[in-house]
Amino acid sequence: MLSIKNLTVNVNDKQILKGINLEIKPGEIHAIMGPNGSGKSTLSHILSGKAGYTVTGGSVTYQGKDLLEMAPEIRAREGVFLAFQYPVEIPGVSNIYLLKAALNSIRKHHSQPEVDAMDFLTLVKDKVRLLEMDEKFLYRAVNEGFSGGEKKRNEILQMAILEPKLCILDETDSGLDIDALKIVSEGVNSLRAADRSFVMVTHYQRLLDYIKPDFVHVLAHGQIVKSGGAELALELEEKGYSWVEDSKAAI
Amino acid sequence: MTTAIASRYTAEYPTIAPTLPGQNLVWLTALRQEALSKFSALGFPSLREEEWRYTNVSAIEKKLFAPSAIGQVQETVSKELLSKYQLADAWSVVLIDGHFCAELSALEGLPETVTVMSMADALAQQPDNLERYINQAVNNDEHSFVAFNAAWFTDGLFVHVPAKLALEKPLQVLHLSTQGDLLASTRTVIVAEAMADIKVIETFVGMDAAYLSATVTEVFVGCNADVTLFKMQCESDKAYHFGGIYVKQAKDARFTHHNFAFGGLLARSDIHTDLDTASECELNGLYLGINRQHIDNHTRINHLKPHSISRELYKGVLDDRARGVFQGRVIVAEDAQKTDSQMNNRNLLLSNDAEADTKPQLEIYADDVKCAHGVTVGQLDEKSIFYLQSRCIDEETARNMLTFAFANEMVDKIKIKSLHDQALEQVLIRFPQEGVNKEWL
Repeated sequence: MLSIKNLTVNVNDKQILKGINLEIKPGEIHAIMGPNGSGKSTLSHILSGKAGYTVTGGSVTYQGKDLLEMAPEIRAREGVFLAFQYPVEIPGVSNIYLLKAALNSIRKHHSQPEVDAMDFLTLVKDKVRLLEMDEKFLYRAVNEGFSGGEKKRNEILQMAILEPKLCILDETDSGLDIDALKIVSEGVNSLRAADRSFVMVTHYQRLLDYIKPDFVHVLAHGQIVKSGGAELALELEEKGYSWVEDSKAAI
Repeated sequence: MTTAIASRYTAEYPTIAPTLPGQNLVWLTALRQEALSKFSALGFPSLREEEWRYTNVSAIEKKLFAPSAIGQVQETVSKELLSKYQLADAWSVVLIDGHFCAELSALEGLPETVTVMSMADALAQQPDNLERYINQAVNNDEHSFVAFNAAWFTDGLFVHVPAKLALEKPLQVLHLSTQGDLLASTRTVIVAEAMADIKVIETFVGMDAAYLSATVTEVFVGCNADVTLFKMQCESDKAYHFGGIYVKQAKDARFTHHNFAFGGLLARSDIHTDLDTASECELNGLYLGINRQHIDNHTRINHLKPHSISRELYKGVLDDRARGVFQGRVIVAEDAQKTDSQMNNRNLLLSNDAEADTKPQLEIYADDVKCAHGVTVGQLDEKSIFYLQSRCIDEETARNMLTFAFANEMVDKIKIKSLHDQALEQVLIRFPQEGVNKEWL
């Protein structure tokens, strides 16, 4: 699904990622954990194609193709989805309009006809129920005036409708109360599939109580300093990041 | 030179004066004479005046726009404009070339206690009542367009809503200009007594010609009354437009204005309101300039007494060689403690030759107030573009979608369906780029 090899990335001539290696197979869930400033968000941004980063070395291969060569919208149409840490408000465009525009962009990319209006509505309403959202949200402007929890739920709603292959969740748990966290997690869990992989970028372990990862990687100072199973997250929670940061210093 | 040219209008005045309504009213004749002498002395506003420094109206001076004696329905094209702009779900009044047209107006079912009549009729039937309102929300010293209107107005409308009455449908005042070189100068007075609730839509349209609309609307919002006024300025792209809206709000009164400036070669709107204790106003505006349009919006919010609230958001999208002007003044009087005021003006420039001039002014004489203002002139937000790209939308489409969204935010504030759709269509006509799929809206 995704293969990151020795990836180095600069922001304003400062090296932020210093040689990342990561292999993600279809159906796997990987958690990337790390303290503030470790490069977690940079990694999710670089995968989704945000401007402002310079790749200085290494490669990212997604489904056999060079991901870094693709424009952000091409990555999205090919199945890469970034759930934003801070979803953007877009007054003047309704949620349902954006969903339709996005879905039809994907369909066009795959030489499929536009989605039928009725089928689309049925699909969207199903997913709205799944995420326990009010249908009125569909007709409101994208994220405008939404609470933190509603914004995150809206990201997962988009994900559920666009059915990506690689889902990157950037600090999805931040700003969520426990009820919203449960709903969002259930939404994510319902999307787990043999051909769909997840990268969860998170500072805290608590999201992993709800979405169980297959692998946990600890990022510190721009490098993955430790990898392991779900139990690694618990150990981290107990010992704190200084534990791995110290071990990195020993390398 | 200004006065020399203005004198052409002044010279014409004796032939026009006998055709104007209210000839027998001493107070009105005096008012018109005062206005005429002010206008004769000053001419149209010049760039030297601070509140006109970005808007050059010399083109109006070079022509001689003259009022038509009586409105004549231009059979074919007027009907087309009427069917396009007259709202089906509103009571409507049609003013053609500055004259009330009874046969095209639709007022069936209007409550009997509500007065909606032409200004000419109102001056004939209830002159004492009109004396209480005309030139009371604004006066001839404001600037010479107001004086010009006072001297020249041929007709207009008088609307009176009694206390506690909430009109179930909006009232549309459709101004239609049918010929070039014509002056359509009307005076409208809207009175909402205590606790009344009305929505009025002023629509300005015209044939493809160079005419001049010069209108003044005075609005009196009684205690705890609620008036929402919409302005749909869709004048011909050769036309000149001046429209002043002057409002007096009593205690606890609410006034909301939605100003859509779409048409005109040169268009200027004034929206001024005086706020009494605990009254509230909301001023929203959208101006879309293309080609060589010049669109100027001038607002003044006068907080006179304590605890009043004002909210203002004006947005402009300017393309080609268009120029948009926003001047927003908020004045907080010494007595107006606990004033809460926010003013915002945001501009998008879509071409290198487009220009936005923005001048927010806060004048605060009280010491316990909350006032904020913000102004932006710029391009689209990069974060929003990336967000849309990450949702499969290519950059160009994203830019077009965001431009549309920027304007559509103001359209979305209209809760009257037919009017909303009309405004939406105006936005889409002006920015028909790929990127917005009309069927999906």
